[in-house]
Amino acid sequence: MPSTIDTTLRSATISVLVENEAGVLARVIGLFSGRGYNIDSLTVAPVDDGRGRSRINVVTSGTDMVIEQIKAQLDRLVPVHRVADLTKDGPHIAREMALIKVTGAGNARAEALRLADAFRARVVDATTESFVFEMTGSTDKLDAFVDLMRPLGLAEVSRTGVAAIARGSRVL
Amino acid sequence: MTDITAPDPQTLTTDLPQVGAEILLRALKDQGVEVIFGYPGGAVLPIYDAIFQQNAIRHVLVRHEQAAVHAAEGYARSTGRVGVVLVTSGPGATNAVTGLVDALMDSIPVVCLTGQVATHLIGNDAFQEADTTGITRPATKHNYLVKKPGDLARVVHEAFYVARSGRPGPVVVDLPKDILIGPAPYAPPPTQAHRSYRPRMAPDPTQIARAVTLLKSAKRPMIYTGGGVINAGDAASAALIALVRKTGFPCTSTLMGLGAYPANDPLFLGMLGMHGTYEANLAMHGCDVLLNVGARFDDRVTGRLDAFSPNSQKIHIDIDPSSINKNVRVDIPIVADAAHALEALLAAWDNDPTPTDCPALVTWWADITSWRDIDCLKFTQPMAKGGIIKPQYAVQRLYEITRELQAQDGRDVFISTEVGQHQMWAAQYFRFDKPNRWMTSGGLGTMGYGLPAAMGVQIAHPEALVIDIAGEASILMNIQEMATLAQYRLPVKVFILNNQYMGMVRQWQELLHGSRYSESYSEALPDFVRLAEAFHGVGMRATSVDQLDDVIRAMIASPTPVIADICVDQTENVFPMIPSGAAHNEMILSAEHGGSLQSAPGLTDHGLGLV
Repeated sequence: MPSTIDTTLRSATISVLVENEAGVLARVIGLFSGRGYNIDSLTVAPVDDGRGRSRINVVTSGTDMVIEQIKAQLDRLVPVHRVADLTKDGPHIAREMALIKVTGAGNARAEALRLADAFRARVVDATTESFVFEMTGSTDKLDAFVDLMRPLGLAEVSRTGVAAIARGSRVL
Repeated sequence: MTDITAPDPQTLTTDLPQVGAEILLRALKDQGVEVIFGYPGGAVLPIYDAIFQQNAIRHVLVRHEQAAVHAAEGYARSTGRVGVVLVTSGPGATNAVTGLVDALMDSIPVVCLTGQVATHLIGNDAFQEADTTGITRPATKHNYLVKKPGDLARVVHEAFYVARSGRPGPVVVDLPKDILIGPAPYAPPPTQAHRSYRPRMAPDPTQIARAVTLLKSAKRPMIYTGGGVINAGDAASAALIALVRKTGFPCTSTLMGLGAYPANDPLFLGMLGMHGTYEANLAMHGCDVLLNVGARFDDRVTGRLDAFSPNSQKIHIDIDPSSINKNVRVDIPIVADAAHALEALLAAWDNDPTPTDCPALVTWWADITSWRDIDCLKFTQPMAKGGIIKPQYAVQRLYEITRELQAQDGRDVFISTEVGQHQMWAAQYFRFDKPNRWMTSGGLGTMGYGLPAAMGVQIAHPEALVIDIAGEASILMNIQEMATLAQYRLPVKVFILNNQYMGMVRQWQELLHGSRYSESYSEALPDFVRLAEAFHGVGMRATSVDQLDDVIRAMIASPTPVIADICVDQTENVFPMIPSGAAHNEMILSAEHGGSLQSAPGLTDHGLGLV
């Protein structure tokens, strides 16, 4: 039976539970660059002090075969405890936070504030010629807000990358 | 330990606390290390001082750090144990990198201890400082920088565990000088499982059952084995032989797997892949069920991926889940150690009463026999006095004479190679009947591998006959190790197939670049006979076919290191050949069969871009 090769690209949010040791992030990043995989977003932070583990969330894209390969390659790293493809394993929540600086005056400034309110962004800093909005949500929502701010004096964006977790009682 | 009132005397503290270097040696001893291949330098002087004051572990002084790693690979590959390397910081570590990548690509267990500047100097561009863990991260299976004395013993034990477990590989332990000279506590090898790295050894019984059902239904089965069978030890080879003989299925092997199945057995079709046999490659192309045991569908094996074994359902046994579905989509993946999986397959085969399709198998073997009858490795050696030596004939005679002598004295024979045409001829014409007798650089293709690897083999097997089948270009890449052979009286034989060309480069230039032999001819080769003598060895030369047997016999009989310079036909190429980007059924055969590189099928710009 000839094996058919699927060339459809999909996005995947992969969570990796790792030993919190020196160089572990470099290992993960090096694996992606060395093997030519994409990183669309990456977050890492310690998640349980007691056992010294960190969680890395990577948003990547590729064919099903490539994403399976990424999972297998991550899983065989010595300090990796567990790997899950949240996108494939079931419903999950993915959020990121952004700080967005908009500068200007007059109508544009007022319009930026109105839109921020509609998007439930919080004003965390304000001067007479600038706002810094804080916003949490899906990557799409943040993208949409940033696009809206562009003509209204968007000056700078700082984003955290995606933090993700499975819905329900399932754990990594 | 059963008696808790009698503590291990080694864990009792003595009056003087031990320093890091002593703790390191104690950990190595507890890991069963007998030999270290190394080269001293400033950062590792405390370790060398500790080595000086003990006798349990032998140190072999190489002449270049790359050779230390290859020697450790040869030691590991021929014994099934972990090879150990000790090099200094900076250039010592960077010189070792080629060897580390070589061991990584070929899954050879090696622990490489590297010196490092003192912890407070790290990052200051100190003398002989290099970011060794940074440089070797993609060159190793795993690496460690020991920053606290309390971690030293634990890390060394873990390094050995990681190197030999699962898919084996090289592990670097970077040791700052202050850790080596300061006091450090000892810890024995851990008794509980590793916290995160626990490779799966036993196969999933459902997958084994599915595999047996598929294998029993096969009309045109094929078993394709690789280095994983060697790494899984003698039990894996024994189980493979039992399975092949029980099923009566044809069996082929990758370059790395040679010897796991006896080459002279009629069920063995020879090596497959780019320079594999006609029958092995056509059987791969035509089979309907393919069982891969411990091989990784490497590009040298598959040829053009979309035309690789196009009509088969595939079973893949591999201990490394990332090897499965990497290049080729398989139908039944089995993550397991090759020995466990083969034994489980044998048991399940016996328990399943379904008969195999005998008439279909008879037809399949008739096809295979017709391909085998082509005799794709045939060559013509002019036998008249003064006739030029064909390189294939030189390897064939080396094989026949070593087997003849082995039948008389029972002396074990180990072969290593460099990289190039001679390596392929060795793989084709030297027929291995036992595992762990064949050392070659498969994945990385490292010229200069063979001499130091042979050295490591000879250290592990002092009584054995160890021969490096070499090319005149490759051998010069680590020729300095002739001095190590002399120092330790290691009677390694270097059998050079000298055609004055980087033969494989020249072959590809003939095939793909209009015979423009750009920089592939060696204008000024050394006189290898005098070179051997300069290194306290014996040099010999054969320039015509009538001299060949005498030189081979004299070489083997010599108790010293020997370089045998075998001057061979300069124009000979390796056949069969599947050009890059071509399929298994698009092989080029030798001129004996009317083939030539100019008549190559399937040559495309795409193929030209592949190496």
